Amino acid sequence: MTLLQKLIPKNHQLIVAIPWLWLAIFFVLPFLFILKISLSEPQLAMPPYQDWIREFEDGLLTITLNFGNYQLMFEDDLYLQALLGSLKVAGISTLLCILTGYPIAYAITRAPLQFRMPFLMLIILPFWTSFLLRVYAWIGILKDNGLLNQLLMSTGIIDSPLQILHTPAAVYIGVVYSYLPFFVLPLYATLVRLDDTLLEAAADLGARPLRQFLTITLPQSVPGIAAGAMLVFIPVMGEFVIPDLLGGPGTLMLGKLLWTEFFNNKDWPVASSLAAILLVILIVPFVLLRHFEQKASEEER
Amino acid sequence: MSQSRNQSTESWSAPDAEPVVRIEKVTKRFGEIYAVDDLSLDIHRGEFFSLLGASGCGKTTLLRMLAGFETPTAGRIFIDGQDMTEVPAYLRPVNMMFQSYALFPHMTVAQNIAYGLKSDPPDREGRSARVSEMMAMVKIEALATRKPHQLSGGQRQRVALARALARHPKILLLDEPLGALDKKLREQTQFELVNLQERLGITFIVVTHDQEEAMTMSSRIALLKDGRIEQVDSPRRMYEFPSTRYAADFIGSINLFEGHVISHSNDMAVIHCEDTDSDIIVHHSQPLASGMPVTVAVRPEKMRVNTTIEADQNQLHGEIKEIAYLGDVSIYHVDLPGGKRIQFTQPNMLALAEQPLTWGQEVQLTWHPNGCGVLTQ
Repeated sequence: MTLLQKLIPKNHQLIVAIPWLWLAIFFVLPFLFILKISLSEPQLAMPPYQDWIREFEDGLLTITLNFGNYQLMFEDDLYLQALLGSLKVAGISTLLCILTGYPIAYAITRAPLQFRMPFLMLIILPFWTSFLLRVYAWIGILKDNGLLNQLLMSTGIIDSPLQILHTPAAVYIGVVYSYLPFFVLPLYATLVRLDDTLLEAAADLGARPLRQFLTITLPQSVPGIAAGAMLVFIPVMGEFVIPDLLGGPGTLMLGKLLWTEFFNNKDWPVASSLAAILLVILIVPFVLLRHFEQKASEEER
Repeated sequence: MSQSRNQSTESWSAPDAEPVVRIEKVTKRFGEIYAVDDLSLDIHRGEFFSLLGASGCGKTTLLRMLAGFETPTAGRIFIDGQDMTEVPAYLRPVNMMFQSYALFPHMTVAQNIAYGLKSDPPDREGRSARVSEMMAMVKIEALATRKPHQLSGGQRQRVALARALARHPKILLLDEPLGALDKKLREQTQFELVNLQERLGITFIVVTHDQEEAMTMSSRIALLKDGRIEQVDSPRRMYEFPSTRYAADFIGSINLFEGHVISHSNDMAVIHCEDTDSDIIVHHSQPLASGMPVTVAVRPEKMRVNTTIEADQNQLHGEIKEIAYLGDVSIYHVDLPGGKRIQFTQPNMLALAEQPLTWGQEVQLTWHPNGCGVLTQ
């Protein structure tokens, strides 16, 4: 018996503990730190927050928690605006991903078998370049004398360069470009598993191709749309890089605000409470996603 | 095994009858493979027609061409007199019950059945009345709001049947309709399908690989082999008078003796076979010639164990090597002196603790000249 075999628990229930342990160390524990910081006072020092004030007197332990940071979230309009800004960008981007990603995923599913893998590779290919580099590349494309404007002007479609960079449009272009694969892949996985016999059955019952799609393919792909939409919506809610590099100074989003609070204002407690609230907001769609997945797997049985 | 059908339903024997389906020299090629090869076939109104054959014989491809899921490489398909060769599936007056049933998993039973009734009947009340009528017909009224994944195999089969019949098709295509059911349910459903077909008068075309199923249900059977028709006949004629060795062997069990014609008259022939001790006398109705190589085919149940030899009977003797006791009958495998193995069956008439015939026993087998046939192909 090798050492490895000795280390691997024989009780199979213990194997389940590995992902839980991973989550505990890399997710729960850091989150507890953030929670702790969010309930403390900022100070000009390193680290830039005060530890909780603990007093032990007459057998009584008194801990002073500062909920002021959370109070600030609700009092200062800025945070609500940032939340609404994030919701807007994430919502519209998700919608754009659905509108562009669905035809892509559907086309790959309908392509002859030998073309499906190459097409999927093309979808995954951008991941081989750093995300940051790809966003930087968009600056080169979108700026006033960038590739896009040069192309449009040389073909005579426009006379003077369009201001695209540092506008909301640039943010949407960047977000849809970056997150489209996350939408296409789970949707493709759902679409490719659909039973083609069902379309034949629908045709046999008099349904023309459009009705076949609307009544058979589309309803059955809802779990895939939901999974893909969540994979776009959740990270875009906290997105920082794209609005920072491509968006204008007016772009107000939670991720950007968090960065500002943390690095520019050195207000770790406020940044931490922002992170905590963002997490709570994101748990809601996540629970919805789980619900959809469960429903889908039940129907397959 | 075959149900005795009313003679008047034999529409295919009327010379001027117009067929409801006419398949005219149809070929379907997938790459280099001929799934269906220059096949012509007429199917008549009100028939319960079976396409029978081993897997890969082209029966499913033929059915899919009738439904409109495949287009023939060559040839024409007429349904009710109209050329349907290029007509898409959604415009054909046929409906199909799929082997997998292909029920829409996201719809209830009632919604599944209503799917084909988009605008016919035109009013909502008419459509829901049709759905109720269909559910009553296959006795699934109580399941209207269930989803397919909540149903048993037998219930799904009924929903699929109701859905396919809801549009009142001219022809119902059934792809291995009973394949997914267990044995008891299959036997019961066979009779239900036949009764339903007789009541509705719709032409049923069934694809099956199960010869027993085809025998039980069909008015006629087309036996397919390599994309071509081997024989088209009623179940009884198919069993009693197979026209080729393949047909004889595919349907039921049969003993085949290679030989050649010694003498023949209009309806009798004497065949000499290497494997049998004496020449075989056969009733026949085919043109034969002296010296022609032929095969004598004898069904196992046509042979009897006999102690006395009668002059007008064919006879063999051999030694019992294997016995398969099936309850109602027993199958005996017998080795002839020449080494050829044949089989005969015998009903177990009496409840005996031991077999009346036993291993190693020498038996004399006889059969009537009417109990066997001559095959020239």
